[in-house]
Amino acid sequence: MSENLVEVRDLVKHFPITQGIVFQKKVGAVRAVDGISFDVRKGETLGIVGETGCGKSTTAKLLMRLLTPTSGSIKFEDEEIGYVSGSKLKQLRREMQMIFQDPYSSLNPRKTVGAIIGDPFIVHAIDRNDKSRRKKVQELMEQVGLNPEHYNRFPHEFSGGQRQRIGVARALALKPKLIVADEPVSALDVSIQAQILNLLSELQRELGLTIVFIAHDLSVVRHMCDRVGVMYLGTMVEVADNETLYSHPRHPYTGALLSAVPVADPHEARSKSRQILGGDVPSPTNPPKACRFHTRCPKAQELCWTETPALEPKTGGGLAACHYPLTDAEAADRIPAVAETYSSSAASSSPSSS
Amino acid sequence: MALLEVTDLRVHFKTDDGVVKAVDGVSYTVDRGQALGIVGESGSGKSVSSLTVMGLTRFAGNADISGSIVFDGVDLLSASDEDMRRLRGNEVAMIFQDPLSSLHPFYKVGTQLVEAIQTHQHVSRGAAWDRSGQLLELVGIPEARKRLDHYPHEFSGGMRQRAMIAMALSNDPKVLIADEPTTALDVTVQAQILELIAKLQAELGMGVVIITHDLGVVAEVADEIAVMYAGRIVERGKTDTLFDSPAHPYTWGLLESIPKLTGPREEELIPIPGRPPSLIHRPSGCAFHPRCPYVREEHKKIDPHLEPVPEDGGHSVACLLAPNTRRELWAKLSAGEEPEQARAEVPLQ
Repeated sequence: MSENLVEVRDLVKHFPITQGIVFQKKVGAVRAVDGISFDVRKGETLGIVGETGCGKSTTAKLLMRLLTPTSGSIKFEDEEIGYVSGSKLKQLRREMQMIFQDPYSSLNPRKTVGAIIGDPFIVHAIDRNDKSRRKKVQELMEQVGLNPEHYNRFPHEFSGGQRQRIGVARALALKPKLIVADEPVSALDVSIQAQILNLLSELQRELGLTIVFIAHDLSVVRHMCDRVGVMYLGTMVEVADNETLYSHPRHPYTGALLSAVPVADPHEARSKSRQILGGDVPSPTNPPKACRFHTRCPKAQELCWTETPALEPKTGGGLAACHYPLTDAEAADRIPAVAETYSSSAASSSPSSS
Repeated sequence: MALLEVTDLRVHFKTDDGVVKAVDGVSYTVDRGQALGIVGESGSGKSVSSLTVMGLTRFAGNADISGSIVFDGVDLLSASDEDMRRLRGNEVAMIFQDPLSSLHPFYKVGTQLVEAIQTHQHVSRGAAWDRSGQLLELVGIPEARKRLDHYPHEFSGGMRQRAMIAMALSNDPKVLIADEPTTALDVTVQAQILELIAKLQAELGMGVVIITHDLGVVAEVADEIAVMYAGRIVERGKTDTLFDSPAHPYTWGLLESIPKLTGPREEELIPIPGRPPSLIHRPSGCAFHPRCPYVREEHKKIDPHLEPVPEDGGHSVACLLAPNTRRELWAKLSAGEEPEQARAEVPLQ
């Protein structure tokens, strides 16, 4: 057994664009995920960040096998799961569960909380006995900080934060090995966000869960994750350990993202020389050739529009897909305070990678 | 005299379940060239208060509005509908949160901009079209003239928000109210829009009210910040003051509960316990008391008012704790102590 729970290699998902009603002719494709590779280690939290339309949610659905890949492989516990179906797929679903973004639309309004959390037991024929199932559900409710007496209430009787707890309890019901959380806190108020984030890290510690945490909020990802992957237009542009990524970003896109996050500190906000990316993310139907970031990259040179960079280890940082990675000085210029935070720790220990 | 002066504004909605006190005694002022940030969670009344300034709640049959809103010497609450229509979108303009649902999907962006201009200015359609092109250029949309002929669905999210800003600016407003202008946008686009608002504010000398739940956004653009909770302002002060020496336990909670991009990466965030209160059954005494770690028995009975913080100009807070106690508590909290710990060490007064 390897130390990786999930291994993804050259994963591709294209959604065809068709024309015609009876005879549908394929006229193009949305390249939502276009050849990404990464590993999820046992017991870690892997963060995936990126902007709208970068393919992070498609990646989540592919991992969960809610979608079938166009090509590439997904291995779960050394077993190829990319193309399984039927009963095998159902078996697989026991091992991996998803927490959704919107706690309002991801819970059936006509079912009681008890029925929602208890459903996985029925679907997988684990416990059809009402009495013992009820006990299990109430234990789960207790575990995620809900009052077990609220077993017979309906979702509308709960606040957003509590609903998200219901979603977490449902995901935990079958004791899965992998949890995929797709933007689990972005629909919640700031004061509630922290409650759910704490709950997730607590449960992970207790149950030894492996989590793939998908979010657009870089501060939330920094708080939650051990390793972070940055996606841009269907490709993985940088993968690194949490601290390495935030202190020594190597891909100019990561640098721009970090620089764009508003910081809740007026002094720092004034001191940093913010690098603002111009324009918008290009269309995934017709992405730029070679390096997909070259149209917006401040460091782009000729090589960038002729040759696709590979995801490789870069000096002083993690893996990045870039011909001209950022230097420490450039990174520090974009995010001065981040560099300061880490300079002391970096001096005492050896550089994170070389 | 301040450009926009809101005094003791109350907006109550009568519903079948009871009276919703969405805004319950809010006062603030905005000067020319100044940006005020209003921070609060959903249901704190921040949007309703700004919609009322725009005169958009007066048509809700169940709204009960009192207090005063004085803009440039004119009382907006007693102004006729006709006067209000002349002001709205002209001298006071607003940017809404969701740019897709705020633009009409059937009309070209240019047509919608022309309508905004011709409503308030007697100019020909051609001149208004030209001006629309300039506006789109001003907000940084590439190939602005060509873009006038496009429909909203052909614009990306960031461009739609820029078009909304262009529309808000079309009649050179004196006050711009931006209600969560960047919430629906990605960080890189958010940075573009915030920079644009700051630039326009400096160049055109507008007063800006920016409403958001994101403390990072106000830290970057606002000169002054008001924190709202349960329909009231619980703390107000200069941006630096509010971040350096916040005085209300709710503000502390907000600052401590957000994960940060810099500084040490703590294992645990410190969430605010409980959840936002109902605006129908407002908690007795201080509305924050059910969630406040430093609550004392009398705080459940006495309703605090916004009072100036001693020796701190322009900073006011609605909290029943003694100023010294607050200072000591914040010193402990900002040094990384947890609320219970701080509470045990500082005698509450």
